[in-house]
Amino acid sequence: MKKIKVNLTFPPTMVTFPLMTLLVREYMLEVNILNADVRLNRTGKLVVELLGKEEDIDNALEFIQGEGIKCHIFNGTLSIEEDKCIHCGACTTVCPSHALQIEQPDFYLTFNKEKCLVCGLCIKACPLRILHLDHREIEE
Amino acid sequence: MPVKTIDEINEKILEGKAVVVTAEEMIDIVEENGSKKAAKMVDVVTTGTFGAMCSSGAFINFGHSNPPIRMTKVWLNDVMAYAGLAAVDAYIGATELSQTQGMLYGGAHVIEDFIAGKDIKLYAESYGTDCYPRKNITTTINKNNVNQAFMFNPRNCYQNYPAATNSSDKTIYTYMGTLLPQFGNITYCTSGQLSPLLNDPEYRTIGIGTRIFIGGTQGYVSFQGTQHDPGQERMANGTPISSSGTLTLIGDLKNMSTDYIRAATYEKYGTSLFVGVGIPIPILDEDMAIKTAISDKDIVTNIVDKSGKTSFSQAASYQELRSGFVTINGNRIPTAPLSSMVKAREIADLLKTQIKNGDFLLTKPVEQLPTGKERLKKLDVRGD
Repeated sequence: MKKIKVNLTFPPTMVTFPLMTLLVREYMLEVNILNADVRLNRTGKLVVELLGKEEDIDNALEFIQGEGIKCHIFNGTLSIEEDKCIHCGACTTVCPSHALQIEQPDFYLTFNKEKCLVCGLCIKACPLRILHLDHREIEE
Repeated sequence: MPVKTIDEINEKILEGKAVVVTAEEMIDIVEENGSKKAAKMVDVVTTGTFGAMCSSGAFINFGHSNPPIRMTKVWLNDVMAYAGLAAVDAYIGATELSQTQGMLYGGAHVIEDFIAGKDIKLYAESYGTDCYPRKNITTTINKNNVNQAFMFNPRNCYQNYPAATNSSDKTIYTYMGTLLPQFGNITYCTSGQLSPLLNDPEYRTIGIGTRIFIGGTQGYVSFQGTQHDPGQERMANGTPISSSGTLTLIGDLKNMSTDYIRAATYEKYGTSLFVGVGIPIPILDEDMAIKTAISDKDIVTNIVDKSGKTSFSQAASYQELRSGFVTINGNRIPTAPLSSMVKAREIADLLKTQIKNGDFLLTKPVEQLPTGKERLKKLDVRGD
């Protein structure tokens, strides 16, 4: 079994395509939607966790890209240049899963890797630009 | 009735006998001992703040070249500095953006690099005069080869500030951070119970000439800050319910440290400067003991809609804001700070140590800050 986190970008014409259903039914994948930005006639974004047999995942990725949906696999994690962090909290304002938090009573920035959706919103929200995301991209 | 004077406190500091605590420690001391006893026990309360303060910048005198130039336009690492002053004086403002790197580098970054001791590219132009014939110059400067370099910040240490949210359908990018659509988050910016002007809400001890900790060195309050607005509505404890007093601060840039001055870029907004400030408050009497014992639950601010779409406003205490959630229209909205409590505490602790060691003496203001009721003026758009 294999588990990956993928960022899917749907062109406006594909936003109504029932991709998740197909991934479950045709590729026997367990799908966990981590973050979604879906609106009619707009470019759609989906961050999903896919669990299944390696072969099924590979076939599913091939299918997704064949349908014109852009696919980025996150195989890295968020890294923080901790020695430069001032614990201001600006990154926590945009973190949808609360993986980044300013914790009371010490008010230090904490990062929970497990909760991280690797959505990358925090990277530009950091005023010191000390957060980085390493990921491998599979282009169409 | 006065318990002690600033001169008496300074004598105790020099004898190594002064009792110095941080504004957070003072909360428990007053609760346990009462304000009357606490006023006798404690001599000095230290405060601290470390937030992005856009109205910041620095004056630099570059020294004269041979042949000399009357610089009319100045760039430091491609960031324009204001040179409408004498020949080789310029003011680099924190929010001025690089002409080559845009928002990723600005005046704030020039200031941080200068403090770090890095070489900075200076390019200047002039129209040339009989006494200053040179028409341009390209060189590098750093903190060891210029004359004076001092930070001069026309508005720092805002006494309270509205928290921000966004009612619109789009993410907005502001100096209060990234605000998510449909009340997706709330940001706030203060060190609250540790903040200088919230611990002396009526400006009894902080005034013009007050010696302060700024950016890692000793500096001074030069004047009331721009947009100083003492007439803001206040709570019974004296603290304003929204933005109010401000300070103009000055300090020697050459002696500052990047531990306490940091450049910032706010996405799609621009650059700003994190400024670390600590101000000691002498406990002259029981009233100052009560004032410095203020805690986050007793300080409120307004949450406002930064999208400008609605006139939404809701009051919340800093204790609520720090809890991580505030309820708006029945929904729990996540809150997040923008000002570092970790650094604010570090500054208050460092100032406490410096005073205890006799390295930092307190000052009586040369003049008090204005306390009038007149409110800020608006800028009317007038026709021709």
